[in-house]
Parts: sequence; structure tokens; C-alpha cells
Amino acid sequence: MEMTGAQILLRMLAEESVDTLFGYPGGAVIDIYDELARSEIRHVLVRHEQAAVHAADGYARARGTVGVCLVTSGPGATNTVTGIASAYADSIPLVVLTGQVPTHLIGNDAFQEVDIVGITRPCTKHNYLVPSVDQLAPILKEAFHLARSGRPGPVLVDIPKNVQSARTLFRPPAPLRARPYAAVSEPHAGQLRTAARLIQTARRPLIFAGGGVIRAGAAPELTRLARRFRIPVTCSLMGLGAFPGDDPLFLGMLGMHGTYAANLSTGACDLLLGVGVRFDDRVTGKTDAFAPQATIVHIDIDPTSIRKNVPVRVPLVGDCRVSLERLNDLLDDPPADALEEARREWLARIEEWKTCRPLCYRTDGTIKPQQVVETLYELTRGEAIITTEVGQNQMWAAQYYRVRHPGHFISSGGLGTMGFGLPAAIGAQIACPEKTVVDIAGDGSIQMNIQELATAVQYRLPVKVVILNNGCLGMVRQWQELFYGGRYSATCNNAQPDFVKLAEAYGAFGLRAERPEEVLPVLERGLSLPGPAILDFRVTPEECVYPMVPAGAPITEMLLV
Amino acid sequence: MKAQKHIMTMLVDNEPGVVSRVAGLFSGKGFNIESICGSPTHNPEVSRITIVTRADAPVIEQIEKQLRKLINVLKLRSLNGPQCVRRELALVCIPVKPEQRPEVLRIVDLVGGRVADAGLNHLIVEVSGEQEEIETAIRLLEPYGIKKLARTGPIGLIREPK
Repeated sequence: MEMTGAQILLRMLAEESVDTLFGYPGGAVIDIYDELARSEIRHVLVRHEQAAVHAADGYARARGTVGVCLVTSGPGATNTVTGIASAYADSIPLVVLTGQVPTHLIGNDAFQEVDIVGITRPCTKHNYLVPSVDQLAPILKEAFHLARSGRPGPVLVDIPKNVQSARTLFRPPAPLRARPYAAVSEPHAGQLRTAARLIQTARRPLIFAGGGVIRAGAAPELTRLARRFRIPVTCSLMGLGAFPGDDPLFLGMLGMHGTYAANLSTGACDLLLGVGVRFDDRVTGKTDAFAPQATIVHIDIDPTSIRKNVPVRVPLVGDCRVSLERLNDLLDDPPADALEEARREWLARIEEWKTCRPLCYRTDGTIKPQQVVETLYELTRGEAIITTEVGQNQMWAAQYYRVRHPGHFISSGGLGTMGFGLPAAIGAQIACPEKTVVDIAGDGSIQMNIQELATAVQYRLPVKVVILNNGCLGMVRQWQELFYGGRYSATCNNAQPDFVKLAEAYGAFGLRAERPEEVLPVLERGLSLPGPAILDFRVTPEECVYPMVPAGAPITEMLLV
Repeated sequence: MKAQKHIMTMLVDNEPGVVSRVAGLFSGKGFNIESICGSPTHNPEVSRITIVTRADAPVIEQIEKQLRKLINVLKLRSLNGPQCVRRELALVCIPVKPEQRPEVLRIVDLVGGRVADAGLNHLIVEVSGEQEEIETAIRLLEPYGIKKLARTGPIGLIREPK
């Protein structure tokens, strides 16, 4: 059948089971939008292209599928760059479709022309400029395959306007050509046996789980392994939800703002089983002093992650779920009393760390941001999908909202993109309409994509934005207080909108709490509202996130409350 | 750990932008490129890129892993050691007065080079061989004053079984 490029694109999206597209129209994608109006694919109109990518990202994380967005050429394309880089840093599968000027104008400095393939080369898993309409279907097929296979990531497809309108005989693309690039899902059998032996003999084992566990759908296998062998578990920021946050074996997050128990356990363990992690500097602190007593076993689908930052004794390159499944199969259940005996001392030490230095804060008659997150956790029983902005709000969310399920904590971990949370919440709410979705925000971050309130209102998405409003750029202010002699350069927001009125101006609900006793009723009322809402909590301006490991210090040396 | 010279060669898709992906990986990740040489092969769909880098062993391991992650890199091999044939080509332009010509030609002969271009007051000398041979030739020609120099950087192939 003869079809236009735009028709082929929509056909291929349908074949990839894409039912939702986040986008913003423009001159170079008008042909696609014309077809889209007649298609069954749902289009969500965002208010800024960056938000289209974050929304597709939130959608992908909440649903475990590939997120797709569509924008025009030039500024439409450049506005996606931060979103793409965020997804790349967190290994989120996306297909970003950009319009491009017609092929005969490429290189001409045409109106709204930019070399987006060149610009996004270092922050995509791969990208394509579609040279002709015949190439469109095979390129799209490969793009979706690359986005979701191996270590997932964003793939950009740049489609010139004349390719969208050109006609060709559509044939379903041939099976993908065999590529040398192909992730190995099955780990090395010998290394597996070594790892299994180490798990059996370790006296102070610790599991460190990351985002790779969630991407691979490996959380059940991980939980099984930890519970069978009574191995305590800590998570990176990206790994929160890979293990139930309310399980007694859970230690909380590891790293710069990790818990006392998690950080000290890392220093004392004799076996560290890293699963789907990349030993980021925010986790390891000073690498020479990281897990000094431990044999490190590292499971990851991406060989470049292994031995990049820390020395690894047993590398297991493979899919996290397959690898953990194999380990679970290889290992026999230990006799209950022997296991009890073997773990007694280690678990008792950890319990002591947990109880002597739990996450805590001082109350003083003002609203504490930690109190807001704790109350939110209790009200939602840990079942909400939480998105975050970046900074203190993100760390308090990670510490005090004990995430229980994979895909329920959605945060820009690697790139640390302020403005991520609200559009990501929109994507997550579309992916999971029945869920309570809350963006935990700061007053700084929320203003970086505040325009997306209009999107939430338009599509009647009941996302709730909890602003921990301290009137400053809190995380940088905290660094200035602790390490820069209290010189608060450019971190105090002297002019700030009235967030309640702002919400109302967009057609959303707005509520405010100014005293500690108002936190519970405002959250209760806010969560029950039928539409999008901003809940503005005026919290202690000077509150700092603790524990804190100064950058470059060993992870076991923490500043505490 | 000591930085060492490392030569690697890769077969890549013959598509626009591939050299930029490879070179961009090096610059973006702070790896070093001493030379890079790219050209087509007998297969029109495949090109070959050969790169010389200087790094310590863990960094070389990381470079190779990162290169293998690029979708367009089809095959990557290192070209170090005696199991490989390596060649580099250099063109050296030197000012040569007629009376100096015989001695310069003797040097050219000595290093196994040939004259690619000659004029009343200059010679362009062509030398090929292992990198060390090129460097010897350049050192011997240097006293005459090098006007211009172009080097390809090494290319190479792994030897077949005898």
C-alpha cells in the first residue's frame, strides 16, 4: 500500500504498541500532526518541549515501556536536550521524534534548522537522520529495539519534512539485521558459581541495588535472594523501590545523604553484591575508602559500568533478572538455624546502627520538610507514585518516603534535572490513572516547569504538587552554610509567586500550610481533591539534609543532626 | 600505572557521522587520541578506523568497552605486538639547495624512502614503515629544516596464520 512518511510513522508506532505521545507541534512536524488527528494514538500537548521528554520519561518509568515524544525542528528539538540527557543518565527507554527541515535545505541555515543529531550524539544511546522515506520504517524499528534492549536509553529519530510527506510503498520492515552491539543477557557460568560460593560463605554480606534492578524487572528475584539468605539491602537513589522500603532487612539509601546504617554497613561488609548500579560518585564518596573490607560482586548489563569506578572481584555481565534468577537457582536454601547463627552478629550490628542513629530531625514550632514527607507516606501508606524535583526536596523524599514497589519513585538521579518532577508526574499519572501521583518539589525547582500545570488541568490529571517551600535554593544554600562560610550567594529567592494563587490562575487547586498542625489536614484535603493541586508548605528555611558526607570524603564519615 | 601507547583498529558502518561518534566518544570522556585514520574497505558498507591512544591499562579497557557500545562499531581489535603488520606514511617537505641534493638523497635511500616531488630548492620525501622508522627518517631530515610535514598515523592488519 502506498503511504506517506507521516502515515508510516503512525503505523510503526502502532506496531510498537505506542498508545500515547507527548508532544508539541510546529512547522516541521505539521504533516505528522495532520495524520495524528485521524489516529487512535493519544497525543498529550505539553507546554514546553523539555516537559514532553520528562513526561515520556515518567510514563516509561511508571509503566515499564518505551516513552515517546514528538517535537518540531530547531528550538523544538534543542528544548528536548535536557530531557534526553536526563533519560540517558538514568537509562530510561525513550524514542524522541524530531522534525527537520526538508533534506534539500539541510546545511543551509534554513529557518528552524539545527543539527540535532550532532547535538544529541553524546547524550543518546543512538540517533538517526532519516535520509529517505524508504528508510523510515526500518529506522523506527531499530530505534525502538535499541531504546529498550540491553541497557535502555533514549534514541532520537530526526525526520525531515519532505520525508514525512513523501509517498512510498509501505512494507513491514524486515527483521533487524544482526548487530555486533547486542547485550549479553546470560552471565558467565563460572563467575556465577564464584558469586554463589561467596554468597554462601560471606559473614557480613550486603546487597546494593540500583536502577538496573527496576529496569530489568528484577525486584522480585532480588527480594527473594535477600530474604532467603537474610542479606541486608541498601539502594541507590535510582534503586529505591527495588526492595520493599518497609522490610526489616532494608537499610535505606546509600551515599552522600544515605542513612547511617547503610553507609556504615558498606564500610563493614565483607561481601558487597552490587546489582544494576554504576558506583556513582554520590554513592561511593572517596573511592579508595569505599567498602574496604568487601569482595565486590557486580551484576550489570553494561560492561562499561564494571570496574569504571571501583575494583570488582567478580564481574557478572548480564541481565539483572536473569543473573539473580540463576543465583537463586544455584543456591540451596541454607538450614534455618545455621543461617540464624551466621547472621546473628551482623544483623545485630546493623540493628544497633539503625536504632542509635535513625533518620531524624528536630522540631521547633515550624513545619519541618521531613514531617511533610513522613505524613504523606503515612497517608498514602507508601502506595503513591512519587516523583521529585532536585535538591533537598529530592533527598527528603528519598529518605522519608519508604518506597515499596519498583517504578514508584521517579527522580532525575544521574543528571539531577530541576524541573523534572511535574512533567514526570504527568507522564506517570497518564500511565497509571488509578494511582495517587505526588510530585515532591521545592520552590526553586517547581518554577522550572511550572507551565505544565496547564497540561495537568487540560487533561484532568489529579497530580499533587507538594512544595517544600523554604524560600531558597536549599541544597546549594546548605553547601554554602557548611562549606562556604555562610556566604549565601544567589540562593535566596527574594521574590516568589503566591503558589496558591498561581495554582488557581492555572485552574488548579491551591492550599497552604504554615504551621506544623496544618500539615496533616492540608495533605488530607489536598490528596482528596479531584484535580491537580499545589500544596504549599512553608517549611523551616534553614533546614539541612542529614546525614551528609562532604564531597570526596569516605562514605562512612558523615555529618549528623 | 604507566600510560602506554595503544593502537586499535575497528570496522564501522560506512555512514555519515560515524567518525564523529568515535572521535566524540574520546573527547567527551577525556580519552586521548594521538592519531586517527579512517578510510573505506573492500566492502562499500564498511569503513576502517585506526586510532593510536596513550593511556594506562584500566583506561584502555574502558576505551575498548565504550567503543564496543557504539552501535556503528562492528568489530574492534588491538594492533599491538608482533602478530600485527603496522604501517604509517609520511610526506616530508625540506628545502634542499642543489649542492645538498646528493647527501639528502643518500638519507632518503638509507631510510627506504623515495622522492615524491622535487624542485630547484626543495624535495618532498615519502617514507613509509613502522612509526619508529618514520621517526628515524624525520630525525635524519630535520637538520635540513622541515618546511611541511604530513603523517597518516598508523594503519594495520592482524597477520593471517602462515
